[in-house]
Amino acid sequence: MEILEFILLSFLVVCAVSVALSKNLLTSIVIFMSYSVIMSIIWMALESPDLAITEAAVGAGVTSVLFYITLKKIHAMKGEEDDEAEE
Amino acid sequence: MLGNLFANYYEAVSIILFGIGFTTLLLNRNMIKKIMGLNIMDTAIYLFLAAKGYIYGRKVPIVSGTVPEPENYINPIPSGLVLTGIVVSVSVTAVMLSLTIRLYRRYKTLDIDEITRLVKEEK
Amino acid sequence: MKPRSDYEHSLWRRLVRFVDGETLEDVEKRAEELQEKSAKSQVEADIRSEQILEEEEDEEDKDNREEKENRKRELEKAHEKEAAAMLEKYKNWPKEHGVKIFGRLYAVMAVVLCLIIIVTLLVTVSYLPEFGQPDNPNNNEVVRRYNADGLEETGATNAVAGMILDYRAFDTLGESHVLFVAACCVMILLRLELTKDGKPTDKKRASEENDRLYEPKNDKILQGSAKILVPVIILFGIYVILNGHLSPGGGFSGGAIIGAGLILYLNAFGFEKTTRIMNRKNYAVISVVPLLFYAMAKGYSFFTGANHLESGIPKGTPGAILSAGLILPLNICVGIVVACTMYNFYTLFRKGGM
Repeated sequence: MEILEFILLSFLVVCAVSVALSKNLLTSIVIFMSYSVIMSIIWMALESPDLAITEAAVGAGVTSVLFYITLKKIHAMKGEEDDEAEE
Repeated sequence: MLGNLFANYYEAVSIILFGIGFTTLLLNRNMIKKIMGLNIMDTAIYLFLAAKGYIYGRKVPIVSGTVPEPENYINPIPSGLVLTGIVVSVSVTAVMLSLTIRLYRRYKTLDIDEITRLVKEEK
Repeated sequence: MKPRSDYEHSLWRRLVRFVDGETLEDVEKRAEELQEKSAKSQVEADIRSEQILEEEEDEEDKDNREEKENRKRELEKAHEKEAAAMLEKYKNWPKEHGVKIFGRLYAVMAVVLCLIIIVTLLVTVSYLPEFGQPDNPNNNEVVRRYNADGLEETGATNAVAGMILDYRAFDTLGESHVLFVAACCVMILLRLELTKDGKPTDKKRASEENDRLYEPKNDKILQGSAKILVPVIILFGIYVILNGHLSPGGGFSGGAIIGAGLILYLNAFGFEKTTRIMNRKNYAVISVVPLLFYAMAKGYSFFTGANHLESGIPKGTPGAILSAGLILPLNICVGIVVACTMYNFYTLFRKGGM
């Protein structure tokens, strides 16, 4: 069980660093979502299932949706268009 | 000196996450990245609190029979505090993002330095 | 203010050029150029001094002398021009390079500050009591009381629900209000009004057109999966809310789950179907009534509790769904407020109104 915890915690740190370093906003939001999911597994490991449910619904669900919709509003979701332009 | 640092690995990781979030907040000029950094700082604090409430070998404080067994339960207080905090952090994020949208509508950029410059020019 | 003649050679200028990203070759080239320049000026100065000497020698030749004076003036003018250009460069320096250098300095300072904070806190962590031991100072008599007498005093088998909705219910009331106030703030910031005769304004119409910019309308796959998923999600949310005092969950998590289900439904079927239930009037009623009920119920409970009166609310048998006194209705209130707020955030972000 401890090995699993170490792996999850190192995932957390890696996710946080890559959120800070990734250039594309959409990528960093997806990484932030996975950060929240890992966090909710860690809440289970810490015996707090209340927090796990809330984090999975709020952190990974609603917060990410709010970030996505903000990106859409500010026309920052340029990834698809760029791909098409390159082809 | 570093006696309990490796025993307290949850707290240590939460401190590192806090530092990463703080660095993101300070160094990125993009507003959305700044908000993400703030969110990472939030979750780091929650991890610290929840780690303080955990006790080895004990279970969730949910009574399964009719008689409670207090020596088998972990500390419920950090769970309650963090539950409150998670929902508040969502509302704070929503308010910050809506401010970002308003700023973008007015200045057509997300760069905080650029916005500051444009505000100075407007005066 | 006159720039020093050896300004370009100074250590600071060289550092600045290095920070600006000049490579070593550039620096060497520039150094050579500068040396040539100074050599030239040395030669000129030598010529001039020779000329002066010559002037002294043949004073009588006036034409020659005037010519030389003219040349001297020209040389002085050129020198002045050079100095003025250098002064200009010196004045423009903060605008062109100062910001860049400041940015880099800021980055370095920020990283150093963060490292100092991390190291300080890590040292603090190493002095904290060991993780996961039952005799840690934070596991004090409050926790023992909650764990031992919580079931008897609140009637909830889930100690966390009993704590946040019974012992510390005022905290949760304030938090529901935080959500409500946040929804109001977002509404103030992002809402686009209708005109007086009820038609959408130009801004709103533009925002609605903008809304469909990146997604297809009436996506069959999304609609098909939403038809299956949305009832299950909302049912699960209701289950989580109603069982908040018996099992993990409660108002916050269940409300967020229902809000997520509503957002999925809205994405699949569009605004026409959802606005029938969730328009602005209904939102006001739906979110204010639970908050008022919460405040009244908790006010009553605190009043009777503080004055040692019988509250008249039965605790029920622990483990049954209708037990734990006020916790179940309060969970429902919190769940409704959270679900409405999440849905409201989404609609306001998306098109500025319900």
